[in-house]
Amino acid sequence: MRKSWWKILSFVLLAYTIIGGFLLEVPRLPILNESIRNLYFHVCMWFGMMILFIISFIYSIKYLRTSSHLNDIFAEKFAAVGSIFGILGYATGTIWANYTWLSDQNQSLANVLKEPKLIGAAIALLIYGAYFVLRGSFTDIDKRARVSAVYNIFAFAMLFPSIWIIPRLVGSLHPGAPGSERGNPALNFNDIDSRLRMIFYPAVIGWTLLGVWIATIKIRLQLLKDKTLFNA
Amino acid sequence: MHKLIIRFMFIAGCLFLSCASFAQNKVEMADSMRSNGKIYVVVAVCLTILIGLFIYVFIIDKKISRFEKNKE
Repeated sequence: MRKSWWKILSFVLLAYTIIGGFLLEVPRLPILNESIRNLYFHVCMWFGMMILFIISFIYSIKYLRTSSHLNDIFAEKFAAVGSIFGILGYATGTIWANYTWLSDQNQSLANVLKEPKLIGAAIALLIYGAYFVLRGSFTDIDKRARVSAVYNIFAFAMLFPSIWIIPRLVGSLHPGAPGSERGNPALNFNDIDSRLRMIFYPAVIGWTLLGVWIATIKIRLQLLKDKTLFNA
Repeated sequence: MHKLIIRFMFIAGCLFLSCASFAQNKVEMADSMRSNGKIYVVVAVCLTILIGLFIYVFIIDKKISRFEKNKE
């Protein structure tokens, strides 16, 4: 294994996340109770997804500047792992919302389904889903790389408005939005408790490194496939 | 039938207890879970899954490294 120190770092950070995340003290918040510990898992999925999408976006720009196929493969694989993180974030979010919004806050299902954060996240993930559909629909390698690099930049441009800006404008149940002070203890990242921060930041780094590791494996596999294709 | 009634009463009792604990005006946390030590079981299970996952990814990484060497 080449350059393996960060792979070990990823494991150490995630082991710390699980041990510290379950055993260390957390602030006592109404409604959330112990589920605040989901911060180390659910929220980290979204942060990891954003970092992986940023890397993918950078490689798409690099492809358009250099036309090197390596950059195209990098962009695709980072976007793929980012999407998986996003789907995991969505799935964990539904579980968390079920217990904090539906059961404890007595929100109606209709209210939760109208939730702009959920719709925004779904739109963002579907836009990235279309990126893979688009890639699959080309037979010409150069055309595929160029068009999908341009599309990837568009997808990234839609990501931040749909998951960050719109929920804040229209108000939402999700912490960090203006509507959330009413029932939900606002989990504002400006005043997030230092006890949470001590595990949250290492957790984000750990999960992201794991995502990068999986992406590098996918990239190397793709390179091997391409090599056998060209040699055959 | 008898069993059903006992079961029903047990669930009703649990519901009543949980309602009663709601009435107290403090935030519920899993304090008892920590004091009797069962939370360590959860930590052990999650660590096992994490270790298993990393071993799996590590093996795939190794395999690809071997293939890369063969290709050159």
